[in-house]
Amino acid sequence: MPESLETRVLFRHIDEPGLCRLETYERYGGYTALKRAFRDCEPGELVSEFEASGLRGRGGAGFSMGKKASFLPHGDMAKYLCCNADESEPGTFKDRELMLKNPHGLVEGVAIGAMAAGATRAFIYIRGEYAEIADRLDAAVAEAYDAGYLGEDVLGTKVDVDIVVHRGAGAYICGEETALLDSLEGKRGNPRLKPPFPAIQGLYDGPTLINNVETLMNLPNVVNNGPDWFKGFGTEQSTGTKVVSVSGCVRRPGNYEIELGIPSRDIIYGLAGGPPEGRELKAWYPGGSSSPVLGPEELDLPYSFEALAEAGSMLGSGAIIVADDTVSIPEMALRTARFYRHESCGKCTPCREGTNWTVKMLERVVRGEATPMDLDIIASVQENIIGHCLCVLGDAMAMPVSSMVRRWRHEFEETIARAREVAPAPLEPGPAAVVSGAGA
Amino acid sequence: MSEGAGRGPVGTPADHEVEVPAELRAEIEEIISRYPQKRSASIPALFAVQRRYGWCTPEGIRQAAAVMGVSAPYLESVASFYDLFHLEPAGRHRILVCTNISCWMRGGDQLLDAFCEATGADREAAGHGGALSADGEIHVSGFECLGACDLAPMASIDERYYGPLEDADAAAVVDALRSGAEVLPDREMAKRPLAGGPDGDPDPRVAGSG
Ligand SMILES: Cc1cc2nc3c(=O)[nH]c(=O)nc-3n(C[C@H](O)[C@H](O)[C@H](O)COP(=O)(O)O)c2cc1C
Ligand code: SF4
Ligand code: FES
Repeated sequence: MPESLETRVLFRHIDEPGLCRLETYERYGGYTALKRAFRDCEPGELVSEFEASGLRGRGGAGFSMGKKASFLPHGDMAKYLCCNADESEPGTFKDRELMLKNPHGLVEGVAIGAMAAGATRAFIYIRGEYAEIADRLDAAVAEAYDAGYLGEDVLGTKVDVDIVVHRGAGAYICGEETALLDSLEGKRGNPRLKPPFPAIQGLYDGPTLINNVETLMNLPNVVNNGPDWFKGFGTEQSTGTKVVSVSGCVRRPGNYEIELGIPSRDIIYGLAGGPPEGRELKAWYPGGSSSPVLGPEELDLPYSFEALAEAGSMLGSGAIIVADDTVSIPEMALRTARFYRHESCGKCTPCREGTNWTVKMLERVVRGEATPMDLDIIASVQENIIGHCLCVLGDAMAMPVSSMVRRWRHEFEETIARAREVAPAPLEPGPAAVVSGAGA
Repeated sequence: MSEGAGRGPVGTPADHEVEVPAELRAEIEEIISRYPQKRSASIPALFAVQRRYGWCTPEGIRQAAAVMGVSAPYLESVASFYDLFHLEPAGRHRILVCTNISCWMRGGDQLLDAFCEATGADREAAGHGGALSADGEIHVSGFECLGACDLAPMASIDERYYGPLEDADAAAVVDALRSGAEVLPDREMAKRPLAGGPDGDPDPRVAGSG
């Protein structure tokens, strides 16, 4: 078979029948890393290895996993690990594939992460909609207890690790790490003011390490093969492989595991097949619906944290959403804004009001009731959100929406003009509308 | 925290004032035992109530609150925060149709139309929180991204994911739910292999790993 554009490490055995059962997982080398970590390693040593591997968080912010673990204080207080399996960023479905097919891979990663962080209790916070996956995780956790990989005195090493699978109940904001903690404490999922950061004061006020599913599932490979092996994949600042979820207007939507730093074009066209016959790519979100939207000009960017940040966007959760030339950008902006309006927890005025305003303005654009000058108002509303809220949910709408208004402004103007022709707007058209309408 | 002596905070129904079915009590007590603090049982306890009564009935919430030692209004305010809890009757079957970006691009809105047509649920209400079928058996709601955009357009039917769906599938799904038959077995998410198909030759760096 030819060499593939994929580099399957996490996905190596993922479609093997029965991988979700302990026996099969062990047959492919499962739990060897856990044995090594618990029997032969000190927690501090593991944290150093994680830091040396360069592994960055796969949940959105891309922070060094090992560094974050090193922020937890030493000492005997109760510490916690929370695995973020809320996966609700539109376009993102990688953790779903990993957990459904390889639940033991996550259990092993969580146990190793907990041991390294000095946490005796770990929680996997999984979105409630993933009920069938949560059931599989429950089954895997039960098998791991029976095998002595979890519970009291794991493998006779005097280390205790408990894992509880905790189902969420449908709220995107609970993926934000401090909202997740409140939700796990049984409250409404509102974000907390930071600092204090969870590493110092998190779940039940104890030091808490929070990591994404994919981040933690990389740990067994780092333990087995060492940090240098891990750094052998990817770029200097983006080490390892990444599961990328590709969806929207492509022929083969799905999850692909790639070496970080390959050209984005290889993912969108080479792997996912690009837009259907006869259509052209018009726009793409490189890292979930919160990431500023890019165009065809950026297709050759390396898919890495640093290259996408330099281009003014972000790798985020590693979810590429492709829009082809049949998709209306103003309608896509509206769809995006509606999501954040629905998911805003309402605590901060700029986010609550700003998301609501933006939706209303974009609805006017699509209906032809806006004037092109309103586009400037939309842009300034976004500026007033960014950096002015408790958490970054507000920014998560403002960034993609302002990128679309900036880059495809002509299309917003054309949309307004066209909608007016079909159904004349009740408002007086502004002068700019006439100009752009004539030019379209 | 309120465990320990007698009554909890103001408004907490003392345990003996509320009659709680034995199985529900046992289930919630087992849930509480998983956590260092009782309150963490809020969401799983509400799910237990919803499973038992079909929705989060005021009485069910009172019962869960009594076992947990929190006030019923507290638990109700938690329930109202989360989209998966129903504070009104919600039928026997639940259909969530994704209308977020990737599904919208591939016909998610039309799929929601089709489910509303097939069930008789009100389309406007289904797009704004959810609506029941004419006979009150099936609850249909337009939903945010369900984390299965590769199946777009897709739906979650009684907590299982299916896709990609065509508009014509809606009627078949509704018939299957009503007759108790299996729902679209060939469109189940859980059965899908990776999109990339079987891998090519393994990378030598990977082959060496454990
Ligand atoms: C609104 C919002 C939603 C988020 N949703 C998720 C999510 O679903 N899953 C996730 O892993 N991280 C999510 N994050 C990022 C988390 O706050 C946190 O950074 C992450 O879980 C840390 O793990 P990592 O370092 O392994 O990436 C979200 C952040 C925000 C602001
Ligand atoms: S930014 Fe929005 S979601 Fe975040 S805390 Fe404020 S209101 Fe809530
Ligand atoms: S957009 Fe429909 S599942 Fe993600």
